[in-house]
Amino acid sequence: MAEPDATVIDGVLASCPDTVKKNRKKHLVVKNEAAGCCQQIEANTRTIPGIITQRGCAYAGCKGVVMGPVKDMATITHGPVGCGYYSWGTRRNKARADERTPADKIYSQLCFTTDMQEPDIVFGGEKKLAKMIDEIVETFHPRAINICATCPVGLIGDDIGAVAKAAEERHHIQVVAHNCEGYKGVSQSAGHHIANNNIMEKIVGTGTERKPGRYVINILGEYNIGGDGWELERVLEEIGYTVNSIMTGDSSYLDLKNLHHADLNLVMCHRSINYIAEMMEKKYGIPWLKVNYIGIGATNESLRQMARCFNDPELMERTEKVIARETARVMPVLEQYRKICEGKTAFAFVGGSRSHHYQYLLRDIGMEIVVAGYEFAHRDDYEGRQVIPTIKTDADSKNIPELHVTRDETLHREPNEYLGITKEEYEDLKSEVSLNAYEGMYPNMRDGEIMIDDANHREVEELVARCKPDIIFTGIKDKYVSHKMGIPSKQLHSYDYAGPYALYNGAVNFARDVSEMLLTPAWKLIVPPWEQQNTTEGEPNA
Amino acid sequence: MLECLPDKAVTHTAGKINPAKTCQPIGAMYAALGIHGCLPHSHGSQGCCSYHRMHLSRHFRDPVVASTSSFTEGASVFGGAANLKTSIKNVFAIYNPEIMAVHTTCLSETIGDDIPNILKQAEIPEGKLVIHVNTPSYQGSHITGFSGMCKAMVQYLSESDGVQKAQVNILPGFVNPGDMREIRRIVHEMGIRMIMFPDTSGVLDAPMTRKYEMFPAGGATVAEIRDAGNSALTLALGAFASNAAADLLQEKCGVTGIPLKLPIGLKATDAFIMALSDWFGTEVPGSLSLERGQVVDTLLDTNFHYQGKTVAVFGDPDHVIAMTEFLITMGMVPKYVLTGTPGKAFEAEINGMLGEAGISGSKVKADGDLFELHQWIREEPVDLLIGTTYGKYIARKEDIPLVRFGFPILDRAVHPLMPVVGYRGCLRLIEQISTALLDRRDRDALDEDYELIL
Ligand code: SF4
Ligand code: SF4
Repeated sequence: MAEPDATVIDGVLASCPDTVKKNRKKHLVVKNEAAGCCQQIEANTRTIPGIITQRGCAYAGCKGVVMGPVKDMATITHGPVGCGYYSWGTRRNKARADERTPADKIYSQLCFTTDMQEPDIVFGGEKKLAKMIDEIVETFHPRAINICATCPVGLIGDDIGAVAKAAEERHHIQVVAHNCEGYKGVSQSAGHHIANNNIMEKIVGTGTERKPGRYVINILGEYNIGGDGWELERVLEEIGYTVNSIMTGDSSYLDLKNLHHADLNLVMCHRSINYIAEMMEKKYGIPWLKVNYIGIGATNESLRQMARCFNDPELMERTEKVIARETARVMPVLEQYRKICEGKTAFAFVGGSRSHHYQYLLRDIGMEIVVAGYEFAHRDDYEGRQVIPTIKTDADSKNIPELHVTRDETLHREPNEYLGITKEEYEDLKSEVSLNAYEGMYPNMRDGEIMIDDANHREVEELVARCKPDIIFTGIKDKYVSHKMGIPSKQLHSYDYAGPYALYNGAVNFARDVSEMLLTPAWKLIVPPWEQQNTTEGEPNA
Repeated sequence: MLECLPDKAVTHTAGKINPAKTCQPIGAMYAALGIHGCLPHSHGSQGCCSYHRMHLSRHFRDPVVASTSSFTEGASVFGGAANLKTSIKNVFAIYNPEIMAVHTTCLSETIGDDIPNILKQAEIPEGKLVIHVNTPSYQGSHITGFSGMCKAMVQYLSESDGVQKAQVNILPGFVNPGDMREIRRIVHEMGIRMIMFPDTSGVLDAPMTRKYEMFPAGGATVAEIRDAGNSALTLALGAFASNAAADLLQEKCGVTGIPLKLPIGLKATDAFIMALSDWFGTEVPGSLSLERGQVVDTLLDTNFHYQGKTVAVFGDPDHVIAMTEFLITMGMVPKYVLTGTPGKAFEAEINGMLGEAGISGSKVKADGDLFELHQWIREEPVDLLIGTTYGKYIARKEDIPLVRFGFPILDRAVHPLMPVVGYRGCLRLIEQISTALLDRRDRDALDEDYELIL
């Protein structure tokens, strides 16, 4: 491939007007080993109007990502029809019935929207919303209800909090109102934060059940796309953990209420869920560990760190046994795919952790992500959490209320007590395992590789022309753009409807799917024989 | 799943459960993609644009590029004029389209941005154009948004030079690029000059060449849409999607507009061809008579595969109206007919067709939702379901075969390239419907009833 370097960035931005260039330059960073730490990258700031961005909105983050997957809550989108419709069944948070949540209490396949009409905009939509809640309760008897607000709701001043409160009194179930109007913040990130706050403030802590087991854990920011959460559950339960809740993939309101009855929080997607982890640490003292189960090496490392947290030789032994067995089982399979993938390069523009996590799995099969970016990350997702105190809040992030949690005097325990270790052991542990911390994507990238925040359509085109990746990992909006350029593209939000891609079985699925994409015979058939001057033209991936 | 559903039909009055429509801007965005060199622009917050691009990409499996005014809270409070002006500047500087087609969203509508006024103040480069349509989603549906953008094309672009040309304008309605190609082929077979707008063929069914073009070769050119004002006739295919633009064209440029059904099914295709033939005095070529004859032949060969079977049809009003007519032609019984788009004309038209065919006891509804449809089916089942991908939950739960038809189809490929319009479309629909029913019969057959030939 063409080696990216600092001049690439100037080239990428060359065709932009000066104001745009000046703005965008701050969103692009080339890894420079020699410099030591990460140069500041601008993130979580406004997208320039008119720029073709991949970003969504606060509603998408709140309803689409975090609240929507709670399977036993009826989630009502309060607004005109579109927002609810587009977030209906379009993320692949798989959910199933279990002994706690019977099949008739699962509403994930339904879309509830108040479908506001002009009179609702003029005279207010509160009555309609209240009526819809009544009808839903009467028809479906859900355990609890979410109300998610869309753009016009905030503007016309509907008080969804008051509607929720009145409905709670009428029906004696919890109704949680989310003021996640699409215009809040600068991307979906605002919605993640709003949902985190509401879950923490209104749901967590209201239950009294602890699941049986010595090591009870929550998996936070794992959305069970393609069944990732279940693959994780399979392995963790075999080792001896009890999974309290996968949040929010296959998660239930019942389990969220009891989220605080756990010994350790695992954080998968840092961006979308770090708030809850941090708030639970403050309020209850529960420690959290940033993990990554994408890639064999990464999985093994995360499993070892978890076991290390509890400092139980038996747990460690079982961990090592599972690691040894599973690694031995899948490595030879991955080796076959490595032969196909070795030396190939990729771009990744996805989500709030995936662009980082998948670097490990790709390296397992000999590939390298040379340009990586997020749509809605904050600086800490790139540079590490140590920069958080230095991040200035601008007008847009000020609009998202901070939830100030305080220590719960009756439930709070010291973190070492959760882990069943002594204070001294906990201090030792902190020096070995980065508890309650995240180092960001930068340290994992290699010299000359590029990080790009809120990558836009033109920049992707330019980067492709310059760095000529063999595959692009992105979402649906860019997938076919990439294809038209002759470069295979895999959706990493939805996995192109395959998966799971997490842990051991997941790694095999992923390696197979990527290999198949690279080998798809049609890539060599793009140029018709009557137009072929020389043979290499027809073979982009040859 | 869906064990949570009640057994009996229930009436719900507030809001929608499983809507059978979506919001206006996505229709406007789709129509705008049917102008050559056009960048659709969504005036509002990013989420809407992102959702619309996503959804269109999933249906067409092709790039759908559009820009957004990227509102944050500030713009929501102070108005979006600055965002739109900046957008226009950046869009022309960076992406260089011929024309930008702005549509509003709920947000910019609710704050009341005055788009024509903002456009007057914006810096639009020489030779470039910006058109707009208001698409608040608390009215109508994606079909209304499509209709609105078609009307905007006429309003901004079409002009009459006072000399009428022997050419026809075709407003194809909210159909796939494959349908648009097929309509064009039929008109060409007739030997008549035509202007079709919008025309997404070549844009959303673009070939793979390894050269990415942000503005692919397809689409109606601005010059063509302008020249539509000089045509002798406009055929508005599908009242909901196309009448508004045809009416305006008549009012503005004096071009006679004839409203027709979408040419889906035998009778509607006949009507389309007759309208062309009557107006231009052209004889219908043998090639089309041959195609028509094949359809009638097939209907007679296969009637026992489907005749008398009951069907539930849902989707966009123009699609459903034409499909219902064809189902009646096939001898099937449309038992439940539903669209999500509001409009009483829909119910009147369907009830009229059913009445004429002597079919009674059917339920017909505009502005309905799929939860209602599902509950009707649970109370009294049908043999076949015809509609969009969203019908697959009903199909599975009630164990009814589904023929995918209309917009969107998110879980099957190739459909945007394969026409359902015209006589070829008839054959395709007959094949899909009879195959679905026969597959079902094979699957259910006892060993002793399982037969080689059906
Ligand atoms: S805010 Fe309005 S325009 Fe945007 S997606 Fe929702 S319904 Fe559609
Ligand atoms: S990894 Fe990405 S796609 Fe996933 S939840 Fe986080 S932000 Fe979203």
